[in-house]
Amino acid sequence: MSSFSVTEPSIQQKWIAGTLVIGYALITLLPLVWILATGFKSSPDSIAYPPKVTFQPSLEGYVNLFTTQMRQTPQYLAEHPPGTWYEEIVHNKGMVIAGPSRFGERFMNSVIIGFGSTFLSVFLGTLAAYAFSRYRIPLKDDLLFFILSTRMMPPIAVAIPIFLMFRSLGLSDTHLGMILLYTAVNLSLSVWLLKGFIDEIPREYEEAALIDGYTRFQAFYKVVLPQAATGIASTAIFCLIFSWNEYAFAVLLTSGTAQTAPPFIPTIIGVGGQDWPAVAAGATLFLVPVMVFTILLRKHLLRGITFGAVRK
Amino acid sequence: MAEIVIRNLRKDFGDFTAVQSSSFRIDDGEFFMLLGPSGCGKTTTLRMIAGLELPTSGEIFIDGEEVGQKRASQRDIAFVFQMFALYPHMNVRRNISYPLVSQGMDRAEVRAKVTEVARILGIEKILDRPVGGLSGGDRQRVALGRAIVRNPKCFLMDEPLGALDAEFREHMAEELRALHDRMGATTVYVTHDQLEAMQMGDKIVVMNHGVVEQFGTPQDVYDKPATMFVANFIGSPSMNFLKFHGSLEPGATTVQLHHQTLGIPASHEAFDGDMVYGVRPEHVRLSDDSAYRAEIVATEYLGTTQIVTLKTFNGEVKARISSALPARVGATVGLNFEGAKVTLFDRQTGRAIRSNLNEGMLSHG
Repeated sequence: MSSFSVTEPSIQQKWIAGTLVIGYALITLLPLVWILATGFKSSPDSIAYPPKVTFQPSLEGYVNLFTTQMRQTPQYLAEHPPGTWYEEIVHNKGMVIAGPSRFGERFMNSVIIGFGSTFLSVFLGTLAAYAFSRYRIPLKDDLLFFILSTRMMPPIAVAIPIFLMFRSLGLSDTHLGMILLYTAVNLSLSVWLLKGFIDEIPREYEEAALIDGYTRFQAFYKVVLPQAATGIASTAIFCLIFSWNEYAFAVLLTSGTAQTAPPFIPTIIGVGGQDWPAVAAGATLFLVPVMVFTILLRKHLLRGITFGAVRK
Repeated sequence: MAEIVIRNLRKDFGDFTAVQSSSFRIDDGEFFMLLGPSGCGKTTTLRMIAGLELPTSGEIFIDGEEVGQKRASQRDIAFVFQMFALYPHMNVRRNISYPLVSQGMDRAEVRAKVTEVARILGIEKILDRPVGGLSGGDRQRVALGRAIVRNPKCFLMDEPLGALDAEFREHMAEELRALHDRMGATTVYVTHDQLEAMQMGDKIVVMNHGVVEQFGTPQDVYDKPATMFVANFIGSPSMNFLKFHGSLEPGATTVQLHHQTLGIPASHEAFDGDMVYGVRPEHVRLSDDSAYRAEIVATEYLGTTQIVTLKTFNGEVKARISSALPARVGATVGLNFEGAKVTLFDRQTGRAIRSNLNEGMLSHG
């Protein structure tokens, strides 16, 4: 590049920017890489000092995560040779598989509650945001402020009243209870974010649809929703990340039926010594759905962040 | 096709009155202009005709049927927005067919109609393109296509050329007018551009502060302004206002300005007090033998004509004269006015005083 350009960064600037981005990525990705690696270590390797960077990969952690195991006599082990690769891993430790662990159901609980509350937050949020954006509502600004004010304290500050409420309503340790709770927490974020997005959509689109013979709801459904898809996607990501990762309420309000993965994963530690590979395996799998969801909606997320900045 | 009658239409937004008791009539097949500065209530009036706003009071008749409180979708009208409002997630064909789909028309018929409309507008080639990449003119054509495909009772257009380049605007204006002439559809067109209104309209309503100031053909509105606002708003440069104090008898054909006698069309009413002598720049002539003197302060060359700005005892005057005539800044000259084309105004109210020229024109809606 010989000529000077105002808008194009120079080679040096590109190098500096690249170095900074790579450095930042290393810092943020390192713990993730470490968790991923630990999941594939054997138990002794996971607690070796100095820490091992190269190791013999093993699926022991994943097998431990998904199964409950029992110690057996050598005689029993000899009489019952392992039939599958995972039975063999357990067998080599002098144990047999007694049954599946609870991780599968806890993970499904997370999926049901996380995606359920995300759907509900975004669904209700879109309708509310549309109403706030388009209709003349008495005390509109005060209502919006009130909605936002529910987020001005950490949600856990109201843990005790919620705990008592849930107990008397029979919502403790139920999927419905957790979905309602996370929806309530996420709704203010979702209303505010979506109102911003819907405000950006010119009213003329709906008015054109109204004149073209559609009802208000059809105009909303066929014209506004496709336009708001970007905003809805980025709002959904934020809502899912919160409800997926939420720990405190999940510990407090769930114990069995509706327990989500975050409070479950640490309990693995207690089963037969400190099984770090199993914990790491659980954490790794736990990351996957949010990662996939975010990658699927990534294009929308990027557009969402700069939405409305440039007039199209 | 339809005639539209507006009677005592009023719209309040809280404490603000956007439109107050407007009345006018749009004949079948007319190209009707709603003209005024921004905030004058012209767009609100149009939106009330469309059903996008409900009137606070008053009536709107489309083809004799009162539709004031009806939904937009029940009025069978088409609307063209300034920003076109093409559905961005659909291609051109789907945009144009959208109003037909809502009526449940079958697909073959929709296809045939869209093709026909595309042919009329010359946009067959872009039918399957997304609307995002289209030029302003093509977007405008697609918006028109979406409007005409339904054969609505009337077309309502809100500054449809406002978003186009000046160069292209003229071309589109001609195209629009030609399209209207071919289809003969009643069209209501909102604009703040007086040239556009004069150029395209069969009739013009001039609005200001939510009030209809005047209603008539472009010629009438230009030659016989009902108020000082209209006289000032229409024409470029606008009408000259010479302020004076005097009195008037019915039948008078002259007034006294600065001890000089100037001609006027025979007055139809008596008046005494502060008045304004309104004369268009093209009705002012420089002449050495006139006793009404003025000093040339500036000249502006416009090709075949020039605008000469003069200072008189009664205020500033602009004259549009041939470029061939000499006009030197600093010179003192005499001025002649074409008395028969002059309008006198009441300076307090801005209302035109009735005369031979404008009698019968001054219907305030």
